[in-house]
Amino acid sequence: MLLNYIKIAWKVLLRHPFYTFITLFGISLTLTVLMVLTSFLDHLLGTHYPEVRRDRSLYIMQMDMRDSSQTSRSSGPMSFKFLTDFVKTLKTPERVTICTFVNSSNAYVGSQKIKLNTKFTDADFWYVNGFEFLEGKPYNEQNIANGDYVAVITDDLKKQYFEGTESAVGREIEVENIRYRVIGVVRSGPITRPFSYSDIYFPYTTPKSNYQRSGMRGGYVCIILAKNKSDFAAIQEEFQGRIDRIPLPGVEDGFKYGVVNVGCQPYAENFIGTILGESSNLNAIFFGVVTFIMLMLMGLPAINLVNINVSRIMERASEIGIRKAFGAPVKTLVWQFIVENIFITFIGGAIALVFASVIIHLINESGWIAYADLTINLNVFLVSLLVCLVFGLLSGVLPALRMSKLNIAEALKS
Amino acid sequence: MIHLKNIEKVYRTSTIETLALNNINLDIQKGEFVSIMGPSGCGKSTLLNVMGLLDEPSKGTVELDGQPVTQYRDKELARLRNQKIGFIFQSFHLINDLSVLDNVEIPLLYRSTNGKPRQEYAKEALTKVGLGNRMKHFPKQLSGGQKQRVAIARAIVGNPDIILADEPTGNLDSGMGNEIMNILQQLNDEGATIVMVTHDEQMAKRTHRLVRLFDGTQVL
Repeated sequence: MLLNYIKIAWKVLLRHPFYTFITLFGISLTLTVLMVLTSFLDHLLGTHYPEVRRDRSLYIMQMDMRDSSQTSRSSGPMSFKFLTDFVKTLKTPERVTICTFVNSSNAYVGSQKIKLNTKFTDADFWYVNGFEFLEGKPYNEQNIANGDYVAVITDDLKKQYFEGTESAVGREIEVENIRYRVIGVVRSGPITRPFSYSDIYFPYTTPKSNYQRSGMRGGYVCIILAKNKSDFAAIQEEFQGRIDRIPLPGVEDGFKYGVVNVGCQPYAENFIGTILGESSNLNAIFFGVVTFIMLMLMGLPAINLVNINVSRIMERASEIGIRKAFGAPVKTLVWQFIVENIFITFIGGAIALVFASVIIHLINESGWIAYADLTINLNVFLVSLLVCLVFGLLSGVLPALRMSKLNIAEALKS
Repeated sequence: MIHLKNIEKVYRTSTIETLALNNINLDIQKGEFVSIMGPSGCGKSTLLNVMGLLDEPSKGTVELDGQPVTQYRDKELARLRNQKIGFIFQSFHLINDLSVLDNVEIPLLYRSTNGKPRQEYAKEALTKVGLGNRMKHFPKQLSGGQKQRVAIARAIVGNPDIILADEPTGNLDSGMGNEIMNILQQLNDEGATIVMVTHDEQMAKRTHRLVRLFDGTQVL
């Protein structure tokens, strides 16, 4: 039966190449957009290199201080001391890393200036993140305790700074008049992962890291690696317990605060919270808007497809009449048309998969996002598959119902 | 076998009401070969459609094997059409996108007959109408007579008790028409009950009984 449906669907596709082109173009364009969008969201929020343990990590990005009447606020990254006292000492996590966000600096090769992104980190940074070392090794607690002027650089910086050199390890790189010995070279990660992204990494005990700054605010952020994802609630509770013990009110850089909030959340929530603020209502609105856009993206072409399908009913009327005359119940015919539509949608999906792969390859190669590694992975593929199915059902059910309710005698006359 | 009682069929539009069948009472016995004649537009095809459960009467009852079927739901009507009735149409009504064999298999698709036996039955039916060598052809590759034979094979593949033929020779030349008529007579000899709409007196004479309609009313 299924084979018969597919055979008919294929013949229907071949019957009118122009209609088929329009239909498949609409489906594949929509699905391509959705696949690229899903891939981009996955790239932005999913667990990927070098943050390969993001799925069991909590992120602390900023501290929000407000005065007692909550009319003025000050927010931003925290001091190394604060994170050491309040986060590093937590007992529930597997490991905690403290590092700066992305700073910028310059280095010179002869007279040529190289713009650099720099990051100061602790030794746990290399444990929490899963960098691939192409050469050498990361700095360790001993390097940090000694205040060694060492650095880990990316392969891209190595190409620019040590052009033509086989190995950069052991060589020196000068940044802002300080010479560092390169002890490791890692594969670059994309700029869209700011907690791990940089061109060069220094131990926090090297100059200009400001790690000794007192007070609660500073230039550092933090990643908490949980043993299991299920530990998130316990970690958040333990952390909140610490935050609740901060004596209030207090003064930070002349700002009198009466309320201190520090979010400790999985990456996606942290990311959305950063864009929209901490309000859960805004989160709901964000997801509502995203869902609405997705539905519109799928819904409009689906309605168009419904329209094309319904207007082509008469073309199939005789076939419907014949099938009904020989014993096809309405339910079976509805399924036939849904299966046909899903089959067509899946052809569109396969075309979209090719289009999306090409577009993603072009995005990765264009340098539009530095070191972008957008992929069509299993998650993206499964989402796309689901979207195909929903799309097929959306655009198939109504025409199928209309078709199957045709009067047999009338249908046979057409 | 088929019992029509006080059948009336009215077609309504927003402005016009047309009485297509008026108080038809008809009994078709098992094994009969009945022809229905009358001028164009007198309601012959409508009567056949009502008999074949393709159309609902506006009034009256249709009984099949003593069971009133007028109130049956879609699923039950579909089952009856599938198992008890085979249709042959003037314009063949084959699905052009399917091969001859696939076309003949259609009634069996809705009986959940498995693929292999389904093919075997379809091949048997095609051999019976003399088209054993055209199974892989498509309808467009066949002559009118061959198409009608495919339609007959499709009508008989499920071994129905009743065959309803709506001007089966109407689109064929006399030679082809005679061939089709011979096949129908052979099927009737083998026990099938046949009701045939025709314009052709000669064909009608070859049946057991003639029913005449005029303006939707049975006159003979």
